[in-house]
Amino acid sequence: MSVNSATGTRLRLLVGKVGLDGHDRGAKIIARALRDAGFEVIYTGLHQTPEMVVATALQEDVDAVSLSILSGAHNTLFPRVIELLKKAGVAVPVFGGGIIPEEDIPRLRKAGVKAVFTPGTSTQDVINWVKSHIRPRNEGSASRAAKLRRPPSAARRGTPGRRKATRR
Amino acid sequence: MKQGGASVLTRRRTRREWEQEVLNPALRKSPERMKEFTTLSGVPVERLATAENLESWIPDEKLGLPGEYPFTRGPHPTMYRGRLWTMRQFSGFGTARDTNRRYRYLLDHGQTGLSVAFDMPTLMGLDSDDPRSAGEVGREGVAIDTLADMETLFHEIPLGEVSTSMTINAPAAVLLAMYLAVARRQGVPWPQVRGTIQNDILKEYIAQKEWIFPPRPSLRIIVDMIAFCTRKVPLWNSVSISGYHIREAGSTAAQELAFTLADGIGYVQACVEAGQDVDDFAPRLSFFFNAHSDFFEEIAKFRAARRIWAKVMRDRFRAKDPRSWMLRTHAQTAGCSLTAQQPHNNIVRVALQALSAVLGGTQSLHTNSMDETLGLPTEQAVTIALRTQQILAEESGVASTIDPLGGSYFVESLTDTLEREALSLIAAVDRMGGIVPAIEQGFPQREIAEASFRYQQQLEREEKVMVGVNRYREGGGARIDVLKIPASVEPTQIRHLKQVRKRRDPLAHRRAVEELVRCANEGENLMPAMVRAVEAYASVGEICSALKAPFGEYREEKTYF
Repeated sequence: MSVNSATGTRLRLLVGKVGLDGHDRGAKIIARALRDAGFEVIYTGLHQTPEMVVATALQEDVDAVSLSILSGAHNTLFPRVIELLKKAGVAVPVFGGGIIPEEDIPRLRKAGVKAVFTPGTSTQDVINWVKSHIRPRNEGSASRAAKLRRPPSAARRGTPGRRKATRR
Repeated sequence: MKQGGASVLTRRRTRREWEQEVLNPALRKSPERMKEFTTLSGVPVERLATAENLESWIPDEKLGLPGEYPFTRGPHPTMYRGRLWTMRQFSGFGTARDTNRRYRYLLDHGQTGLSVAFDMPTLMGLDSDDPRSAGEVGREGVAIDTLADMETLFHEIPLGEVSTSMTINAPAAVLLAMYLAVARRQGVPWPQVRGTIQNDILKEYIAQKEWIFPPRPSLRIIVDMIAFCTRKVPLWNSVSISGYHIREAGSTAAQELAFTLADGIGYVQACVEAGQDVDDFAPRLSFFFNAHSDFFEEIAKFRAARRIWAKVMRDRFRAKDPRSWMLRTHAQTAGCSLTAQQPHNNIVRVALQALSAVLGGTQSLHTNSMDETLGLPTEQAVTIALRTQQILAEESGVASTIDPLGGSYFVESLTDTLEREALSLIAAVDRMGGIVPAIEQGFPQREIAEASFRYQQQLEREEKVMVGVNRYREGGGARIDVLKIPASVEPTQIRHLKQVRKRRDPLAHRRAVEELVRCANEGENLMPAMVRAVEAYASVGEICSALKAPFGEYREEKTYF
């Protein structure tokens, strides 16, 4: 399911930790769960600005951007990432989660955030949502094919094939 | 019981006989709820602890008496019969003026200690007008850019009378300098200034992840601060060695214990290597642990922490002053255990966690508010959290006797188990050459990420339960009020900062920052120059950015597995 059956390409997802807080527990769990579910995951690491996230998203040619925000700055950071992606002329869906009060969610959805996951969400719920809502972009494009052939160079990119035993 | 005929009449079953004759038939009739029982951290819990668990256990060695080595029963001879733990609630939001108003309200209502929460930009050493600060100013704590803000924060608060705890790490030296500068302006001599600064950078690399410089120069700043406080601010607790954030990042109890104490060993080692006498500074080191949800495991953790530290300080560092052996700690209930679903249940969680910290013998305690998974707490939620502590202290009777669980077969064997597990992790850190190389190799970070992922999987398989989250769910969810930080805070704070920059003497400012950088380059103690720099109204962001030249910047490997 995580592999598009028509083209055989695997979805590439960016997991971004924007803002100044260091709460990366959730982002790391989600990144790992998405990888284990068969997606290709690019994790940005901590303390990213919206500009840095968007630059990575473009460079890595991802199919979706997910953001983890626990600093209370979600009303600033989500719209900013969406705006910068728009400016760059790419239609990459943005979703995310963190400590986000219920009443802020409609505003974020209106700003273009495709889904907002709040504390207590299981990783399976996120995986299911991705499977049913995210589709590969630029299918068959030459640049994408070239990128997919490129071997994973950075440690931050995890693929199921490279997975070591993780449970002890 | 073993003598004469009486034993035949009164003889009880041995454990083995009980298992065969009583237990096994009962198990055959109805099996236990689970195949295996474990603590929250995964430590196996046996069915029944008996005297057999403590066969080779020597009370004099393992327990001692309160206020005596190895301090398992508590650091003070009277514990809560003499003085209750300090109820210290952490707060800060918006601008310095907003928070000052809250502090004066708290002091007017009988609180004697303050605990400052700084906002994210301040914690990262950034000014409010830095582009990276956008959206974060004053949101999770108070925004402090220059000494002018610090003067406002403590306006009409006599620093000679209150004790202040400041939760700040990477830029801790700057904030301590500002606090001392305010004290000087109030005419309070530094030897009278009392308080604690968290200043625990090692756990930032491990867990909380708010860093500026790489580990080695950061450690040097802390060594400078410890030496400076020993000489000039002797009542100041110069580091609060913190396991809280390690646990919040998803560690087990034993990992929290081990990595925190390993950090402590790292600081002591660095100071000793810099030529300080261990007994000069060790009595002013304090600790900060999490009070999580597994009741007995937490109690055991606090008790084991004191025993391990006493031995480390006496035997490894050859400290002679018993105050150097004594682990004094603050505790805070576990933020990560609170649920956004059915938030009122959090009141009960906090009460149980607080009770475990008290039975574990903590010296001070922060109880979380039920709404903290949703935002900063409202005044009503904070009051319930504080009342929880008062009920424990004054209604429940638990403060009337010292270490009431001492001698419990189960608690003592769990204390031994946690001690053993922590010592084995500390030994692993030692084999890597100490905590700094271990951090550089990512060892604690990996161990914690692994434990956190394991726990998430257990939750999803319902092997571990969070009420209201993976069991006893309700639709909809209760709405509760949360504190709103007005959008005007950020522009107001930026305006203040610009005014200060315009008003200050530019030449004095430049010279003071250059002098600080010179001290950094030439290995002089940074603190005197730091105080002069903040007195010239150099901002947190300007100072931290100037120090990146001599110290460099930390970059973490972007790995999630």
